[in-house]
Amino acid sequence: MLKINNLHANVEDKSILKGINLEVKPGEVHAIMGPNGSGKSTLASVIAGKEEYEVTEGNILLDDEDIEELSAEERAHKGVFLSFQYPVEIPGVSVTNFMRTAINETRKAKGLEDMPAKDMLKMIRDKSELLEIDRKFLSRSLNEGFSGGEKKRNEIFQMAMLEPKLAILDETDSGLDIDALRIVANGVNKLKSKDNAVIVITHYQRLLDHIVPDFVHVLYNGKIVKSGGKELAHELEAKGYDWIKEEVNA
Amino acid sequence: MELKEKLVSSFMAFEDTVDVHSTIHDIRTEAIKSFEAEGFPTKKLEDWKYTSLNSVLKHDYSVFPKNENALEFKDIKKYFIHEIDSYKIIFVDGKYSSHLSQTTHDGLDVCLMSAALTKPKYKVIIDNYFNKIASKDGLTSLNTAFSQEGAYINIPKNKVVEKPIQIIHFSTGNEAALMLQPRNLIVVNENAHVQIIERHQSLTDHPVLTNSVTEIFTNKRAIVDYYKIQNDQQSASLIDNTYVNQKQESLAKVHTFSFGGKLTRNNLNFYQNGERIDSTMKGITIIGNKQHVDHNTLVHHIEPNCESHQDYKGIFDGNATGVFNGKVVVEKLAQKTNAFQANNNILISDKATINTKPQLEIFADDVKCSHGCTIGQLDESAMFYLRSRGIPEKEARALLMFAFSNNVLDSVKIPEIKNRITKIIAKKLGVNIGFNL
Repeated sequence: MLKINNLHANVEDKSILKGINLEVKPGEVHAIMGPNGSGKSTLASVIAGKEEYEVTEGNILLDDEDIEELSAEERAHKGVFLSFQYPVEIPGVSVTNFMRTAINETRKAKGLEDMPAKDMLKMIRDKSELLEIDRKFLSRSLNEGFSGGEKKRNEIFQMAMLEPKLAILDETDSGLDIDALRIVANGVNKLKSKDNAVIVITHYQRLLDHIVPDFVHVLYNGKIVKSGGKELAHELEAKGYDWIKEEVNA
Repeated sequence: MELKEKLVSSFMAFEDTVDVHSTIHDIRTEAIKSFEAEGFPTKKLEDWKYTSLNSVLKHDYSVFPKNENALEFKDIKKYFIHEIDSYKIIFVDGKYSSHLSQTTHDGLDVCLMSAALTKPKYKVIIDNYFNKIASKDGLTSLNTAFSQEGAYINIPKNKVVEKPIQIIHFSTGNEAALMLQPRNLIVVNENAHVQIIERHQSLTDHPVLTNSVTEIFTNKRAIVDYYKIQNDQQSASLIDNTYVNQKQESLAKVHTFSFGGKLTRNNLNFYQNGERIDSTMKGITIIGNKQHVDHNTLVHHIEPNCESHQDYKGIFDGNATGVFNGKVVVEKLAQKTNAFQANNNILISDKATINTKPQLEIFADDVKCSHGCTIGQLDESAMFYLRSRGIPEKEARALLMFAFSNNVLDSVKIPEIKNRITKIIAKKLGVNIGFNL
């Protein structure tokens, strides 16, 4: 589904990603871990199509198509979803109307009619129940005044609504208490199928107890320096990142 | 001949066509003298520092259109808020159009200024209200000198007018260039309530200059909701001089939606002559190209325990220029005044300009006054967030701009107006979505 080959990316002439190789197949869950500043969030933003990042070498293939020239919205239409580490507050736009616009614009891009209002309401009801979201919450302005946990839950709610092929969860666990973490993880697990894939970006192994990865990759200094199974996450939790750094620097 | 000379020299001829013995003959005569002395404002005046009239004064305007030009309703229907039943006072090239209008004298007066100025039964009202709060500056004086036609609205005590009143001035383009000077008088008596929609619409790209004066009197506990829809051709310019005199516990709200026109200057003045008065003015300005919109507001807090609220949003693209000059005066007597003013702007292009200047003159010591102005660009991280959810760039931009101006739209009480404004904004932003935020 996703194939990243020798990806190099800069922001303002500063090299951040220095040769990433990664392949994600349908049905898989990949975890990307690594110390602060290793390039995890950059990788997520580059896949989602943030314009400030410049790809200088390598490519990203989604279903064998090079997506470098595609805008963020075109990537979203092809099924890429990024759960933001810091969701943006947008006063004046309600969660419901935001989702309605997003879904209908995506349908428009695929040549489909707007989703009938009745279906939309039903979908909103079902998915908000999945994430244990209060209905009142849906008429509030997008992310405005939301707690950290509410913002993250709202991100996964959007994921549930948009039903992406490839979901990238960027530090979705940060700022979540244990109950919210359980709800979010439970939501993600219910949305998983043999046809979609999830990339979980995290510092800590805690989220991976709930969303169990098939593969764990360690990103350090702009490269994936180590890959393994879920046991690698436990090892990192126990030993920290220093031994990885030493291995790389040796 | 310069426009000023042309106007001054045509005054005698104008007075001959109207009634020289009219009650307002003296007022007109004084006014033309005052215009002659003041002339058109120039950038040397502090209040006109950022707005030059030079480019609009250079045309050879017809100041008295000769012919009555007929328009068919179906051709101009789209400029009306036609989804609702309303009274209509419609002018075509400055002349009243009876077949497009729907006036009344049944329990309230919704009719013509020309009638009010000549018929004896209106004399008391004219004596009491006409030109009582309009200022003596050059432009207002010019309008006063030539005041003849416009809307006359008188709502009696306790009358709640169910239907809004639409005042629309059309110009047909039959003249190469046309100057219009509508004069409106609106008297809302004790505990009465009225909603008014005003629009100026040119039907061709011939230059049109409108210098309009509206005097509004809200007596005790009266409520006035006034909507100005400024979405004219980019060959038309508008100078709107509106004066609102409020008595105790009255509530006056003016919304100004400025999307069209070449040059638009709104002089909006509120005078609070009583206690517990509420004055609200809100505006959305979305312009591009070389358009210019200038909001010059004044709230004069004269007595205690009153409020004023100002909220103006501006979005400027292309080479557009915007001005916001909001003056709040709080007299020594006006203790416990609450005065709020906000002016927020987004510059879309590098060449767009906004000059924003709050002016507070506070002579009382126990008041709450706040003002704030911001100038910014659209938030790029918000753009990425929306686009990453599949909302295309243009729509994402539009959504953020709608969100930016939403709290002004929110206070529009007539849903059909809100819908219309939403549609105009969507068209202006080049998107085909009606956001229902």
